[in-house]
Amino acid sequence: MQHYTGGLPPDSEAAPSTHKLVRWLGAVSAAILRKSADLFRIAGALKVPLKRDAQPGVRTCSGAGFCFSEAHMGSIGHVTPQRMQFTQPLPLRGGGALPAYELVYETYGKLNAQRNNAVLVCHALNASHHVAGTYEGQTKSVGWWDNLVGPGKPLDTQSFFVIGVNNLGSCFGSTGPMHPNPDPKAGGRAYGADFPVLTVQDWVDSQARLMDALGITQLAAVIGGSLGGMQALDWSLRYPERLRQCIAIAAAPNLSAQNIAFNEVARRAIVTDPDFHGGHFYEHGTLPRRGLRVARMIGHITYLSDDAMDAKFGRELKHNALSYSTQNIEFQIEGYLRHQGDKFSEYFDANTYLLITRALDYFDPAQEHGGSLTRAFAVARSKFQLVSFTTDWRFPPERSREIVKALVDNGLDASYAEIVAPHGHDAFLLDDPRYHGVLRACFANIATALT
Amino acid sequence: MSTRQDMELIAELVAPGSRVLDLGCGRGELLALLRDQRQCGGYGIEIADANVLACVQRGVNVIQLNLEEGLALFEDQSFDVVLQLDTLQNLRNTEKMLRETARVGRIGLVSFPNFAYWANRLSVLLGRMPVTKQLPFEWYNTPNIRVGTYVDLERLARKNGLRVLDSFGIQAGQVVRTLPNLRASVAVFKFDRG
Repeated sequence: MQHYTGGLPPDSEAAPSTHKLVRWLGAVSAAILRKSADLFRIAGALKVPLKRDAQPGVRTCSGAGFCFSEAHMGSIGHVTPQRMQFTQPLPLRGGGALPAYELVYETYGKLNAQRNNAVLVCHALNASHHVAGTYEGQTKSVGWWDNLVGPGKPLDTQSFFVIGVNNLGSCFGSTGPMHPNPDPKAGGRAYGADFPVLTVQDWVDSQARLMDALGITQLAAVIGGSLGGMQALDWSLRYPERLRQCIAIAAAPNLSAQNIAFNEVARRAIVTDPDFHGGHFYEHGTLPRRGLRVARMIGHITYLSDDAMDAKFGRELKHNALSYSTQNIEFQIEGYLRHQGDKFSEYFDANTYLLITRALDYFDPAQEHGGSLTRAFAVARSKFQLVSFTTDWRFPPERSREIVKALVDNGLDASYAEIVAPHGHDAFLLDDPRYHGVLRACFANIATALT
Repeated sequence: MSTRQDMELIAELVAPGSRVLDLGCGRGELLALLRDQRQCGGYGIEIADANVLACVQRGVNVIQLNLEEGLALFEDQSFDVVLQLDTLQNLRNTEKMLRETARVGRIGLVSFPNFAYWANRLSVLLGRMPVTKQLPFEWYNTPNIRVGTYVDLERLARKNGLRVLDSFGIQAGQVVRTLPNLRASVAVFKFDRG
């Protein structure tokens, strides 16, 4: 069996390879997610302070060169999620409003006196606010983009104040479909399927309110991969004066018919599961696990490249010989996918999956401009850094080039790196040196401009 | 681009404040020079990872693309100047790229090694392909798949209906206007669509 050379993130959209690792990560991430969800419930205070003493190198040295080597590629250490309540209703693109809500977020590094060194990290489908660091007492609870964010890392927390926020509708702490519906008619039941359908724009609006509450008028950068990249792009279009740099990785200006088709298969798998109960499964004390498993399996296939899957599994058999059964696992890839599905169905919420895939489907900033992405980006003011990966067939390089064209047509400052990587869409979570080199350089320039 | 001096000679051909597209921008030195000394904005196109990184480090806009795939990303006449320096001889579709340069830019600026430079001629006369400062490769490992001369480019430009606005040679950092095909190792052409 072949292994990747790159590091494997614990919360990858399609989680890592090899069976030992898979089992290990499966157990660990499910535990982390359960525990962190508990943590949020327990944390009654409005804001739980982050443990800032967890950053090695920040305070312990004065000589800059020495300091850097000590802190180089260090971990952010222990982090603690915080939560913020919002009582002003959030108007939604699909009509109506979310009356009141909470956002869970984490911050790393220090906001400087000028309040201009904040970087917002937007998450993709199944990630969360837990971008970097670990939770105390849970050594394996590493954040999903820990290889990028930390002291001495490309997004250096010694220079930047980094904010990870959990999006509305998620199942990792911010207000979502599993929380009580405040509508009196709901009689205290969970929102379930009645949770309003959200869009990327709604998320960005809620993030902007969080920035208001944190006293951040303008972000040094907004960064995200995949669906997170779409949020970063939306920031540049709808809050053009509120960010100086937009970094969109493995992103697309909208979903293709094939993308939407994959999402629809996933949604049908969930909705047609008898345990779904029209989205109100919470009160039936059950989970639509079968649907979620299939949804995850189909999604997972699309996050990896054909070559990557072939390199990992090929036609390797589960057992020494074929059993000539249509039901048993014959090939390793089947076992791997089933395992991924099982794991996912235990920690991810079915309604959240439906909401997030729909937000992906709806994103299309060109639509309001007669289909012209160039016209859509006419309002943008920030600098842009785009990155794509050659084997990403979910959001392939051509899709990033469409964005590049719109930026160039508008004469915006923009750079684009097309990374030759074998891993498919999930490459954005790995630490390829060419990819991270570009991001490191990009952030170094932003940091230089701060001083 | 061979030397800093050559680069500065080329930079002088770019009007201050121009919107520039640099095809095969390398490590972005010329774009940085044009930005810092001539207030030019624009983009570089580069294929090599290391060069793309160097450009980002310099704070120069760079777009990672293979020039062999053409310039479909760019609209007609969308740049004041399109630079194609020391790149044309590396491309398979040389003629198409010359046309593309003229399509995208109001002015095209091309430089390439002149194989008719006297030292190159002498080398061939003595039975060997030239290996010089400007052409540092052996025949078997050169990236220069198009071997042309100053006069050849003039003819190619004419064949494609391009109007040569200026042309000269560069030898050892000096402009050569007399017998450039013989006396200069680098040929420079400035042209438009006529």
